[in-house]
Amino acid sequence: MARHVVAASSEIAPGDRKLVDAGGRAIVIFNLGGEFFALANRCPHQAGELHKGKLCGLVRSPEPGVYEYTREGEMIRCPWHSWEFDVRTGKSWCDPARIRTRRYDVKVEHGADLVEGPYVAETFKVAIENDYLVIDV
Amino acid sequence: MTRESLHPDPERATNRLCVIDCDIHPKTSMEDLKPFMARHWWDTLDTFGARPRHGFASGFPYPKAQPQAARRDSWPPSGGLPGSDLKFMRDQLLDFYDLDYGIMNFLSPTGQGFQNSDLSVAMAYAANEAARVRWTGPEKRLKASIVVPYEDGEESAKEITRLAGMPDYVQVQMLSRTSELAGKKRYWPIYEAASAHGLPVSFHVFGYSGWPSTSGGWASYYIEEMAEHCTSCQSLLASLVIEGVFERFPRLKVVLIEAGFAWLPALAYRLDRNWLRLRAETPHLKRRPSEYIREHVFVTTQPMEEPEKPEHLMDVLDWIGFDRILFATDYPHWDFDDPRHALPAALTPSQRRMILSENARKLYGFP
Amino acid sequence: MIAAIMPSTAVKPALETPLNAIDCDVHPNVPNLRALIPYMEPYWRDSIVDRGIDAIDSASYPPNSPLTARADWRDADKRVATRVEDVQKHVFDGLGADIAILNSLYGVQLVLNEDMARAFTRALNDWVRAEWLDRDPRLRASIILPMHNVEHAVDELERCAGDHRFVQAMMLVGGETPLGRRHYWPIYERLEKLGLPLGVHAGSSYRNPVTSLGWPSYYMEDYTAQAQGFQSQLTSLITEGVFAHCPGLKVVLMESGVTWLPGFMWRLQKFWRGLRFETPWVDRPPMDIVRDNVRLTMQPLDAPDDPEIVARLIDHFNSDDMLLFASDYPHWQFDGAAAMPAGISAALARKIKVDNPLATYPRLRETTA
Ligand code: FES
Repeated sequence: MARHVVAASSEIAPGDRKLVDAGGRAIVIFNLGGEFFALANRCPHQAGELHKGKLCGLVRSPEPGVYEYTREGEMIRCPWHSWEFDVRTGKSWCDPARIRTRRYDVKVEHGADLVEGPYVAETFKVAIENDYLVIDV
Repeated sequence: MTRESLHPDPERATNRLCVIDCDIHPKTSMEDLKPFMARHWWDTLDTFGARPRHGFASGFPYPKAQPQAARRDSWPPSGGLPGSDLKFMRDQLLDFYDLDYGIMNFLSPTGQGFQNSDLSVAMAYAANEAARVRWTGPEKRLKASIVVPYEDGEESAKEITRLAGMPDYVQVQMLSRTSELAGKKRYWPIYEAASAHGLPVSFHVFGYSGWPSTSGGWASYYIEEMAEHCTSCQSLLASLVIEGVFERFPRLKVVLIEAGFAWLPALAYRLDRNWLRLRAETPHLKRRPSEYIREHVFVTTQPMEEPEKPEHLMDVLDWIGFDRILFATDYPHWDFDDPRHALPAALTPSQRRMILSENARKLYGFP
Repeated sequence: MIAAIMPSTAVKPALETPLNAIDCDVHPNVPNLRALIPYMEPYWRDSIVDRGIDAIDSASYPPNSPLTARADWRDADKRVATRVEDVQKHVFDGLGADIAILNSLYGVQLVLNEDMARAFTRALNDWVRAEWLDRDPRLRASIILPMHNVEHAVDELERCAGDHRFVQAMMLVGGETPLGRRHYWPIYERLEKLGLPLGVHAGSSYRNPVTSLGWPSYYMEDYTAQAQGFQSQLTSLITEGVFAHCPGLKVVLMESGVTWLPGFMWRLQKFWRGLRFETPWVDRPPMDIVRDNVRLTMQPLDAPDDPEIVARLIDHFNSDDMLLFASDYPHWQFDGAAAMPAGISAALARKIKVDNPLATYPRLRETTA
């Protein structure tokens, strides 16, 4: 397992997402109100690219005609067939037990700590004064 | 962009696997049509609107699930609507999947099914002219369907005859929701002209018949409209068979596009049973309904049905006949199927090749 | 004043032997409208005579069509299934059924005047009770609902439900508005409370053309189109949330084939995965809902004769619980006594003939335990 420094945390604003490369893996990182989540970019259905999807809320219904709309911006709808995935877990809404996209741990680390450690930052320079997103793969 | 192997198992993918996409939706704009329309007609459109057989002056009775019903990644970086930019279409589809050919079906603006049939005639002409200028001229892999103003059978036949000799056009395009069932005599001039020129007639789902969306009245939701396409296609096909269209036009080939196909065996069994009991009513039918279907009807794959057990889909493909099934992506629409991932893994290499390209190559006479 | 139908004393028939088969779709024919006159209030009784209303047979079953009655089940005068003796002879003796559920297809649901429709429907239900149920303890029936007025439908349900020989309520697949629409829900709520399944039968009230592309030329198209009507109605019941609102409601789809169901559900279920946000009350896969709440009578099956293909078609359901035995007497779906198609295993046949009907119709269990 390797830890990859994939982006400066300032690159992804709250509500935004970014496609990154971690050791050849396409991973999409989401910023939900300051918390970062990382999912495999590949939709488990037919491989639509999740980073091109739409972030929506979760709609549920206790009774026909009643729309409970919560967790705005926390579900990513695949850009192709619109299956919904929970950004926090990678689980699909339609079949959470069997259909999910891989979730990765993502941490925010200080540049000062990173310049020392056994990290891989292939694509850009790490500056000690910034914060960075680090993914385990 | 890199091209991944088109075969799910790279070990077995020794050769390039050819793909012919039988359902692409390029977006031609109203501006593209204008040079080919009399001033009166665009003034009419401007002043009174298109007036399809539904009540919305703009928009649709069933709002789509995403803008333009498009893949969210299909909006061209150059601006414009999904499917409107040839370069981007090459990047995302033609070159990306290295298509041999792509067959274009035009959904709008085409004027098909409008209440004012003369407007449909004028727009179909313009859409067909624009197809050459915008698409088949600059991109030889793209082939066009001839848009016909199908509610006027005679005018449709004229349009077919006008264009049939040109290599740009490979089939005649109707929509599934005609104002009457497709087997009715008013549409026969279309079948006559198409089969005289050796062109298949396609029915692409959608359009507005003017009738309620189900035989039990108007459905409420877009998901119902989507599900309904296969029920209206069943009625459409039953009509073609029972009215004797295939008896009358023995060379006619019909392609049902985007209606799925898992319904077809059950319908054929049902028709055969009913015909055995009720044949006194239709002496013009000389064979079992399923025989006409087997001989004359092709289906496109997209949107692929996805059963709980994938092997069940193999049964259905087998019952329909592997030589009757044509691969389609439906690019750039949201229910797009990817040729690398959509087909069942259990297909043999030769079945896969038939569906991905060889059946279409034969049907449309591609080299 | 229309009397409520009281529980019948004949409700405990002698059925102590193990059951052989429960026939879930048998059609008693009203010989003509005059037969219902004894069951009508004076105003309607006189209206029929004064206005010369003499026929309300449905075009869904042209009386002389070969499909409407199997030739060897017709009398010399072409009459068929108009008397209890006909069902006794052909269904009980001929096919070996020991219980039969009567589903009248008389054209009461076509009547456009809603008060007349109510009066005729009441008379029909009373006629079935008096002339059929009272004459053979093996008979059960569906309460026919006057569907274009929901209050009338609920009233009729309440009026008849006390008699437990009525084991379900029935409407036609082709109605005025899709069956999932919320204005129908008082009917479904009541049915769920009563433990009565909703039977949806082939046929139309002809408020809409029988296809979504208009009126066909041939009767064969009309009859074929009933299966498409069921696909639409099943979609409506699911997407509108009837089963979310009434999770205990069972719906029995009658007489339009069964083999269309798996393939149709594959399509609906695929779309649901991407479009479920439009109807968020559909919170589980539609096929799971169908397996829990929907049953189908098995004639016609709409399959070829090849038993191997039949077996594979049945396998596509991923369920042994969904099919109910039915002859569809007197309609012509099979020849001889072969109501059970080849290709169905003996164990499954047993479920289809007895266990599944008993599980579907709680009231059948009251008299057969
Ligand atoms: S590819 Fe993502 S939902 Fe189909």
